[in-house]
Amino acid sequence: MLEAANLECVRGDRTLFSGLSFSLNPGELLRVAGTNGSGKTSLLRILCGLLSPTHGEVRWQGGNIGSLREEYWKEIIYLGHSSAVKDGLTAMENLMVSCTLAGLTIDHEQARAALRCFGLAECEDLPAKVLSQGQRRRVSLARLILSDKLPLWILDEPFTALDTAAVDYMQTLIAEHVARGATVVLTTHQEAQIAAATLVTIDLTSRIL
Amino acid sequence: MLTALRCVIHRDLLLAMRRRADVLTALLFFVIVVSLFPLGLGNEPNLLRTIAPGVIWVAALLASMLSLTRMFSEDHADGTLEQMLLGSTPLGVIVVAKVAAHWLVSGLPLVLIAPVLALQFDLHQSLLWTLTLSLLLGTPVLSLIGAIGAALTLGLRGGGILLSLLVLPLYVPVLIIGAGTVDIESAGLSAQGHFLVQGAFLVIAATFSPWAIAAALRISAE
Repeated sequence: MLEAANLECVRGDRTLFSGLSFSLNPGELLRVAGTNGSGKTSLLRILCGLLSPTHGEVRWQGGNIGSLREEYWKEIIYLGHSSAVKDGLTAMENLMVSCTLAGLTIDHEQARAALRCFGLAECEDLPAKVLSQGQRRRVSLARLILSDKLPLWILDEPFTALDTAAVDYMQTLIAEHVARGATVVLTTHQEAQIAAATLVTIDLTSRIL
Repeated sequence: MLTALRCVIHRDLLLAMRRRADVLTALLFFVIVVSLFPLGLGNEPNLLRTIAPGVIWVAALLASMLSLTRMFSEDHADGTLEQMLLGSTPLGVIVVAKVAAHWLVSGLPLVLIAPVLALQFDLHQSLLWTLTLSLLLGTPVLSLIGAIGAALTLGLRGGGILLSLLVLPLYVPVLIIGAGTVDIESAGLSAQGHFLVQGAFLVIAATFSPWAIAAALRISAE
């Protein structure tokens, strides 16, 4: 269970949000909405522990994520704005490296299958610098297919740069993961059609102080 | 843990191999700077012999600084660093791998080419070994200390200049002992003590700097 208790985030002189509390049970999907600059990405970075909140704390299974550290990071996947795809490596190498860093042991077959799911069958041995923006995004998203056992996905704008077919596919992927009993937190500007039993929405726009 | 270590070293070496120009720049810089001295100072053998260790060491120090800014900046820019911070492997291990890869790419080539360059200074043959060994012990320390500076100045505007100001003073003891090793040997004394001090520098730097680098990276990533 992911709990946020009384979170406050101050960037520069601006208070983005304060007194933000929520708790997410397994099988729940949280959609963070809000205008540009309302603090969606900051909230997600706080939730995964990249940024420390000015006040408040984030708890995972009852423990503060600041003290759980690697224990917590072993169980989550965070995909941020930047795709973490290296220009000099091929799509395949990128996926293998990012999985190894995350502590997932996968073989070439699994990686190939994941890339194929995202329609990158022909591009797996191409260097990432010749791939389009959407294809690079797909390379980083392919890790989700291999992370189906992780109980928490935190996705920052997962649908940007994707075509409609890929967006549909991503939505099914997220819905399936939530149905499996995992928690997913995501931000998106698009009206996502994700068939989840419990969808919680937080709108940060109204919270700007 | 070892898998991640191997994976990061392999990845960084692969990236360096695919962009050889960056690697060669530092090496060429070293070769050119060292070669300029005999050309500029004329062929006075005794003078050249005296300045050889200092010149080679200073050039190695500057050459290894050249590639420092790139150590973490690219990973920072494309988001890979975030994934490293959130990985299941302790950040200290990843950092050791990054520094090791950096040394293999930008430190080891200098060590290997240094004896050849030293021939221009008419350095005695037995001193070539001393010079190589002192660089072999010293350049990893340069990479380790430099990485702390690179992590601290990550994402700053004008970080390159700041990095030099931050790191060069810390390089001074390494430089003094490193160049001193060859000097003392050429004076006919045993350089064993100097080698031991260099070894101690390396052990201390290798023990403590990974934690400093990891802490600096976490601060910079916020």
